[in-house]
Amino acid sequence: MSERLRVLVAMSGGVDSGVAAALLAEQGHDVTGVTLKLWCHGDAPVASRACCTLEAIEQARAVARRLGFPHFVVDAEEAFRAHVLQPFLDDYAMGRTPYPCALCNQHLKFGDLFARMELLGADRLATGHYARLEPLADGTPALRRAADMAKDQSYALALTPRAALPKLLFPLGSLTKGEVREHGRRLGLALWDRPESQDLCFVPDGDYAGFIAQSPGGARGAAPGPFEDSEGRRLGTHRGIIHYTVGQRRGLGLAAAEPLYVLALDAARNAVVVGPRAALLAPGLVTARVHWLTDVPPVDGTRVVVKIRYNHGGVDATLHPRVDGACETRFEQPQAAVTPGQLAVFYDDDRVLGGAAIEHALPARAADAPGSAAGVARAAGAAPAPVTR
Amino acid sequence: MIYFDYNASTPVRPEVVEAMRECLTDVSANPSSLHRGGQRARAAVERAREQVAALLYARPDDVVFTSGGTEGDHAGLIGAAWALESQGRRIAFAAIEHHAVHGAAEVLARSGFEIEHLPVLADGWVPPAALDVLPADTTVIAVMLANNETGVLQPVAEIARRAHGRGLRVLCDAVQAAGKIPVDFEVLGVDYLVVSGHKFGGSKGAGALILRPGAPFEPLFRGSGHERGRRGGTENVPGIVGLGLAAELAAREQRAEAVRLLALRERFERGLRMVVPDLVVHGARAPRLPNTVNVSFPGARSDHLLMALDARGIESSAGAACASGAVEPSPVLAAMGVPRELAVCALRFSMGRNTTEAETDEVVAAVGETVRVVRAASAGGGA
Repeated sequence: MSERLRVLVAMSGGVDSGVAAALLAEQGHDVTGVTLKLWCHGDAPVASRACCTLEAIEQARAVARRLGFPHFVVDAEEAFRAHVLQPFLDDYAMGRTPYPCALCNQHLKFGDLFARMELLGADRLATGHYARLEPLADGTPALRRAADMAKDQSYALALTPRAALPKLLFPLGSLTKGEVREHGRRLGLALWDRPESQDLCFVPDGDYAGFIAQSPGGARGAAPGPFEDSEGRRLGTHRGIIHYTVGQRRGLGLAAAEPLYVLALDAARNAVVVGPRAALLAPGLVTARVHWLTDVPPVDGTRVVVKIRYNHGGVDATLHPRVDGACETRFEQPQAAVTPGQLAVFYDDDRVLGGAAIEHALPARAADAPGSAAGVARAAGAAPAPVTR
Repeated sequence: MIYFDYNASTPVRPEVVEAMRECLTDVSANPSSLHRGGQRARAAVERAREQVAALLYARPDDVVFTSGGTEGDHAGLIGAAWALESQGRRIAFAAIEHHAVHGAAEVLARSGFEIEHLPVLADGWVPPAALDVLPADTTVIAVMLANNETGVLQPVAEIARRAHGRGLRVLCDAVQAAGKIPVDFEVLGVDYLVVSGHKFGGSKGAGALILRPGAPFEPLFRGSGHERGRRGGTENVPGIVGLGLAAELAAREQRAEAVRLLALRERFERGLRMVVPDLVVHGARAPRLPNTVNVSFPGARSDHLLMALDARGIESSAGAACASGAVEPSPVLAAMGVPRELAVCALRFSMGRNTTEAETDEVVAAVGETVRVVRAASAGGGA
């Protein structure tokens, strides 16, 4: 250890943040663990999931006890409701498929909690994310992909406030999941190493529509309406737009000669537009105002790799920033299921340049039409459901 | 660390540690055994009974040893309600009563007892006149002597007088008061009194329930004749010995100590007002324990304050904790009508035997700094 730091560690109760906190404590740093309480647990039965439950808080506490550092639970319900939950509900009502994990990181962990560092006189804020922070040659802080590409969570961190970067620590960024698991075993946390859920922490059963229906204003987007094809012909009746996401094929209940996919959700008309697989392909996208992690925004024509959802492999693309801060992004190869609400995250090799919510896909033009089987094959495997972290 | 959380628990006094150590080493027999070893253990327990009785101006025969405040409240409230069942199945108390009283009432509610809630005034005390409107089938009321969060002293003697005037029995949870201020079982005139050793220099796990002779009572723990049939179970001899000695020491010192603590508390409150002029002391206009200050620092949430003070070496306390361990607004403050936004900014500081003037000044300075930082973080950071 070069210097002893006072570190605030955000502990979800999962094995990753537990190992992150334990490693820092073992390195001799002065660690304080904090678990953010995002909503009232009441007397809810303890779920079997690893994150954000009462059991998880108890597990975070157990790590702190074992390693002998203090742990606190901080109530962040209000901030969670205002910055994560409400935008999530609003997005679904508007026919978008939000990615709340990025907002939670941006506003809760690296916003609210970051602002609390001074309370403890903390030098650094650490989390169990798989990402790296290695400055450029000139010392400029840079957020980078994790060493373990399979676990990389840099996508979920793209909205992190730039000013926070110099004070963050990601102790797991250079480790593989296997190594973390090994540390977990060594530290006696092995039992917690259960399969990870792909669902949001506040919707543990994955039933988003049911969750939204029970929330305040839950009637929005729940009314049945028309399934239409691209020409506006009515093909059937849908159950409410909150039940659908772009790229979805299952559960539409429509009989057709070829499989139909959701192409778009038109909240204004309460219509779900469907079409064949090829119609899902888009040559690019337009984002909301981009959150850049670079000193100056990239110039027009900058070549990047863009990820359009958490599990997306990334595609070469060219950036065309607009004066309003948005960014038109043109893919080298058309991509399937460009989904409004999900993040577009831009990479230069392993460095995250910035990210923003996707506003809409660029319309396919004759010149851009995929035509080739390769384009379709490459676009296969779209998985539009939100993914944790 | 500076310990300002004496209402949660107190350090065991060195004399008590020594007495308990000796007891653990030398007194291993069961006090119910008839041999000489048993008789020695019995003697230790009976000596402690006298010491506890002396602290509370009660008769030794009226003292029943328990495991502490929660058991005392359960045994007293449930024991009285059961014994009076033929006259009614209703009990009454205010929201500011300790969790243990609420818990005992839940046990009674399971078998159909009704619960009546007494009102609380803004200053934190229960108005005795409220008893006059209780339904006729009410049999027992509970009223604490000093509130654990605010330190506000309740008009227990007046409440007991009114209660007895209409045939009600009174349980008094004196857990926070005993050992801090004189507690006189006769003057209070209540039927059941509850104390706990670890609040005044004894160990955790030992307390007492004082029963007025003739007060209706059915034991909670049965099956053996311990404590003259009033509480089954082999006595916690070392704990009881510690409780007894702590009681004797408190009886000897509490008047002088109360005067000393009151001066410290006033110094502390004056200091706090200098560094945080807009603070609000809860129950400020009511008579209070000399060691307790419950205070809100508007705009600085208690969970943040607690964490920040801990980082600066100061141990204090806030409201209640929910199932997750997060700080929640205190039901006691809510019952006093304190608005939620002020209640979530409340801290409880409680002083005790080892508290010094220098410590008090140090805590004042740290609180001033912490409130400033927490307010700045809340204004600057999200939410």
